[in-house]
Amino acid sequence: MPKIKYIEHNGKEHEVEVPEGYSVMEGAVKNLIPGIDADCGGACACATCHVFVDAAFAAKIPPKTDMEETMLDFAPEIQPNSRLSCQIKVTKELDGLIVRMPHSQH
Amino acid sequence: MNIAVKALEKDARDAAYALPLDKINVAQGILFQTDTMWPYFERLRREDPVHYCADSEFGPYWSITKYNDIMAVDTNHQVFSSDFSLGGITIGGGAANQEPLPMFIAMDPPRHDIQRKVVTPVVSPANLQYLGPIIRERAGKILDSLPIGETFDWVDKVSIELTTMTLATLFDFPFEERRKLTYWSDVVTAVPGHGLIDTLEQKMAVLHEYHAYFTGLWNERVNATEVKGDLISMLAHNPATRNMEPREYFGNVVLLTVGGNDTTRNTITGSVLALNQNPDQYKKLRENPDLIASMVSETIRWQTPLAHMRRTATEDIEFQGKTIRKGDKVVMWYVSGNRDETVIERPNDYIVDRENPRRHISFGFGIHRCVGNRLAELQLQIIWEEIFKRFPVIEQVGEPQRVYSTFVKGYERLDVVIPKRL
Repeated sequence: MPKIKYIEHNGKEHEVEVPEGYSVMEGAVKNLIPGIDADCGGACACATCHVFVDAAFAAKIPPKTDMEETMLDFAPEIQPNSRLSCQIKVTKELDGLIVRMPHSQH
Repeated sequence: MNIAVKALEKDARDAAYALPLDKINVAQGILFQTDTMWPYFERLRREDPVHYCADSEFGPYWSITKYNDIMAVDTNHQVFSSDFSLGGITIGGGAANQEPLPMFIAMDPPRHDIQRKVVTPVVSPANLQYLGPIIRERAGKILDSLPIGETFDWVDKVSIELTTMTLATLFDFPFEERRKLTYWSDVVTAVPGHGLIDTLEQKMAVLHEYHAYFTGLWNERVNATEVKGDLISMLAHNPATRNMEPREYFGNVVLLTVGGNDTTRNTITGSVLALNQNPDQYKKLRENPDLIASMVSETIRWQTPLAHMRRTATEDIEFQGKTIRKGDKVVMWYVSGNRDETVIERPNDYIVDRENPRRHISFGFGIHRCVGNRLAELQLQIIWEEIFKRFPVIEQVGEPQRVYSTFVKGYERLDVVIPKRL
């Protein structure tokens, strides 16, 4: 099962195994990792599962849809590697993925 | 709950189920004022979740009453427009004498996105960190000034006071005059003939005074050599908004005033009411104040301080087996979506340690999702942390007085007694 490392804003690391087919957001929520709120439940309709994707994995993740771009547009602390974790599906290629969480979800 | 309230509830249920489905009209202020709208929404969710009402004081409109359908409408801003020129975001907007003001919540992209981004920094994580201690100090002072063993109105002394202070700070509004913000906000959403305002002319006169006052603040800020971080300065100095028409500036001021005032105020009052109606939950919270964050989200769901948002269809669309026509008024009843039993377990129960408390639709979803959501939660969180430092219990006395409105779901008055300090 692919391993994903979630790093909270305060530096605290959580490494968990997430089944393929889950979203990176679900991997956090189902493992009770703090820092990802996911208010809309994965519908790409809020921006409360915002993460920063580690550079090494940027090319392995499909690009953002218009809706994801739009929702991210309203989130604070946006960086070029910002993504909504509900829109990243876990695959074998993402084994070892590292995502960092922003200061807070909005 | 007293016997009279129970009887009213039963009558409402009988009435809601006796009507022919096509005669149901949930958009009546009286239903909200008497808190008797629930069985109507329950019936619509079960029997006709996308419901057409041909005849109401607001004209014909569609009611969207289930959680997932509301989310589908809320995230499809191409088909379901918020634009003020089509009627804006409330069921009353677009009537002959109620022409909606331009404001960013009542716009579609790209104009919406540009203007929204101008004001977003005021609720950024950094600014919330700055505001937190200020709100805490004020909350403490408000609570310390409350009478002990005497009946008083929680709405006036606490809910209004705290939220208006915060709003005055965001606008850098003259602090001593901050109750003007409350008054203006109430007048904006008031239905003439139901308390605060008697006639439309009177309402327009107050809005004129409100507009004039904020024009003065604009002129002061736009000419200032030192640019401050308040909302008016942000609007006055940002290239995207500094050339706004006066009417558009006023529209955005109205949006930010109402958005920052009614919603949090009514949720603070709602928290006291909900905990009193559910003593087991109050006890659970007292014994474990770590549950405050969860209680706050649960109260925002349970209260749903804005009962609806409205859209206008920009094209014909098949939606859940119904044909919504171009130009039709589509009302998303958040108040109903938050009680949708197919999405939220035991939705009519108030549960402070609910498994997924953030799963509610009170902030809306998609591009118009509430910009001040975290500031609202912060104020609720802080007031309850400070309450628990001081008072073992706040007792509700008598029934609350509710607002006559299909839009603002709130309270005019809630009498309480604080028997003792800790």
